[in-house]
Amino acid sequence: MPEGARGETAAQVIDIDALTFSYGSRKVVDLEQFQLAADESIAVIGSSGCGKTTLLHLLAGLLQPATGSIRILGHDITAMSGAQLDRFRGEHMGMVFQRLFLMPALSVHQNIALAQRLARKPRDHARIDALLEQLGIAEVSHHKPGMLSQGQAQRVAIARALVHSPALVLADEPTSALDDEHASQALTLLKDSTAAVGASLLVVTHDGRVRGQLDHEFNMSALS
Amino acid sequence: MTWLRLAFANLSLSPLTTAVNVLLMALGTASIVLLLLAGVQLAETMSRDAKGVDLVVGAQGSPVQLVLSAVYHADVPPGNIKLNEAQRWADDSRVATAIPVSLGDSFRGFRIVGTTKAYVDLYNAQLGAGRIWSAPMEAVLGAAVAEAAAMGVGSTFAGAHGLVDGGHTHDAKPYRVVGVLAPTGTVIDRLVVTSLESVWELHAEEGAHDHDHDEDHSGDGHDEEAGQAEEHHHEEEHDHEAEHAHEEDHHHEEDHHHEEGHDHEEGHQHEGEHHHEEEGHHHAEGDHHDEGEDHHAEGDHRDEGEGHHEEGDHHHEEEDHHDHDEAHHEHHADEDHGESDDGHAHDADTDHNAHDHDEDVEITALLLSYRSPLAATTLPLDINAAGALQAAAPAMEISRILQLVGVGMTALGAFAWVLVATAALSIFAALYGSLRARRGELAMLRCLGASRFELLLYLIVEGLLMSLLGVTLGFLAGHGMMELVGNWLASTRGVVMTGWIWAPAETLLLLGLFLVGALSAIVPAIQAYRTDVARTLAEG
Repeated sequence: MPEGARGETAAQVIDIDALTFSYGSRKVVDLEQFQLAADESIAVIGSSGCGKTTLLHLLAGLLQPATGSIRILGHDITAMSGAQLDRFRGEHMGMVFQRLFLMPALSVHQNIALAQRLARKPRDHARIDALLEQLGIAEVSHHKPGMLSQGQAQRVAIARALVHSPALVLADEPTSALDDEHASQALTLLKDSTAAVGASLLVVTHDGRVRGQLDHEFNMSALS
Repeated sequence: MTWLRLAFANLSLSPLTTAVNVLLMALGTASIVLLLLAGVQLAETMSRDAKGVDLVVGAQGSPVQLVLSAVYHADVPPGNIKLNEAQRWADDSRVATAIPVSLGDSFRGFRIVGTTKAYVDLYNAQLGAGRIWSAPMEAVLGAAVAEAAAMGVGSTFAGAHGLVDGGHTHDAKPYRVVGVLAPTGTVIDRLVVTSLESVWELHAEEGAHDHDHDEDHSGDGHDEEAGQAEEHHHEEEHDHEAEHAHEEDHHHEEDHHHEEGHDHEEGHQHEGEHHHEEEGHHHAEGDHHDEGEDHHAEGDHRDEGEGHHEEGDHHHEEEDHHDHDEAHHEHHADEDHGESDDGHAHDADTDHNAHDHDEDVEITALLLSYRSPLAATTLPLDINAAGALQAAAPAMEISRILQLVGVGMTALGAFAWVLVATAALSIFAALYGSLRARRGELAMLRCLGASRFELLLYLIVEGLLMSLLGVTLGFLAGHGMMELVGNWLASTRGVVMTGWIWAPAETLLLLGLFLVGALSAIVPAIQAYRTDVARTLAEG
């Protein structure tokens, strides 16, 4: 298991070098350099099919690159085994998707506790309650996801991504299905929450409403 | 624990599907468990009931029937055998113990067994109350009989003719209960045990009542009871002669005999000769004694003509049945008739109190135990080769019976396994069908840090949970049903079966069902293991 959690001297949370990835003969990702410092946020934008979601999956260790290296918190995740990657991902990353994939059988509190457990963190109900309070959904703590509004569910997904205090939060199209008001709320919430836990944030989106909202912006379409 | 909770929570999301799967598995499991427990206990019960009985000697016919009737009291006997013929084998040096049993009557469906005290010892039966019989018409009740009939020491009851409930009752000759046996868990619990003499006495009475030949005898100066008793022996003698392949037409003989006013001369000659020995003899001694005296009063007609020889033989045998001393008869049979058949008939003289050497006294079977295991190789062959009797080994017949029963049990077991297979398929279908809908959740679990192996475990746990719920319910239901059936059998049949046992095979069954449950989940689990997280997330 690679050493190095948050607090290590790694200046960059993400450090990509000469990264390529192809689907068959079609090169989808071709990045010479890409970095994201701790406590910073970045929006990876671009048209559909430009490879931004693929980049997110590569960063999460869900795909293996053809060439190049990806260092997260100073650790080359491309050199990790599958089990090491699973563990690393669970401990140091939080993920939010357009579809939230909350466990329908579990309550809000249990959903968040599951993430805590899979991150190999000791169960901390106070932490969960505080997070729910912070996100304004404490009253639905024992509700099942099916009983929540879209906004509430999104907050639960964000709480789940942050409960284990990850170093990096990866978000894939978190606002695409939301109206302007809710999109703005969701993005603000995501940004503020990650900042509150000291996590870096990378948002992959084609939603123009995100532009200018985060510290940095990286257009994948410009690479094509 | 995480995956168990998650699996359990997931199952609660679709309660109907889960309930159907669990119920299917429970039904299959319960059926298998019930059959298993019944089969095991049936085999145990049969072995326990036949413990100490190496060989059953009885009338020729089906060996299974012989064992079922004489050991388990679950069938009608193939016939009766002469006690003295059986005695020959009882006295064989290869035999350690020989217990005669005589059947024919029942009480409220429970069989009345005429036997010796050794029969009680065979089952290690202890007296719960009272004592063992010491005289004819005294009976000892098995525990189940006493409970079912709500009877105890001092009660009286009339046996019914036949081995099933509802036959003609011997009201004139009631039994008196002198003892009640403590429960043994064996066949003796559901038997009424009495002396051989009791059964013989009742049969004598029954025979007498069955035939209305009174007029002939009374016309000859017999009192009515004597006539009845004598007529019973007529019947017995005819049967006996038939068994010995007499060439005479016995019906004709009988007609002739009666139409001619019952030619007492032949009978009288014997009665006259032997009446002094009749005194003080068996249960019917009063009647017979009277009869003998009457005959004696009429004089000795032993030299009467050869023209009546057949009748004479016949009557002679009839009279022999009453009271005559064996040795004495043998002598006269040889002397007067000089025919082997007649001589044999004489040998069958029935002194019911000294029955050991009486040819005409019948029993149903003789239960033998070997002095040495080596006897098993020769004794049955010798008995069967001798021709008159049949020897059947309970162990072998149990095996045959269980094989026969096993066919049905196997068919039922196969059906039960079909239910289990259906449940397994249903669980497989439920898990596999849910996979598509749950692909995103599974992918999300990977994103949260779950390994591929944990997803595999998660699905197997979910499948196993359904299986184990069904299996647990099935085991409880199977044992519960066995207990209910056992209670019913105990109250109605005195058969000891219980649901509160754990058959060794159940452990294997549990492991087998565990495996079936795991197999039903393995394919969906492998699918979960192979989940392409990136693709699944990309597809949304």
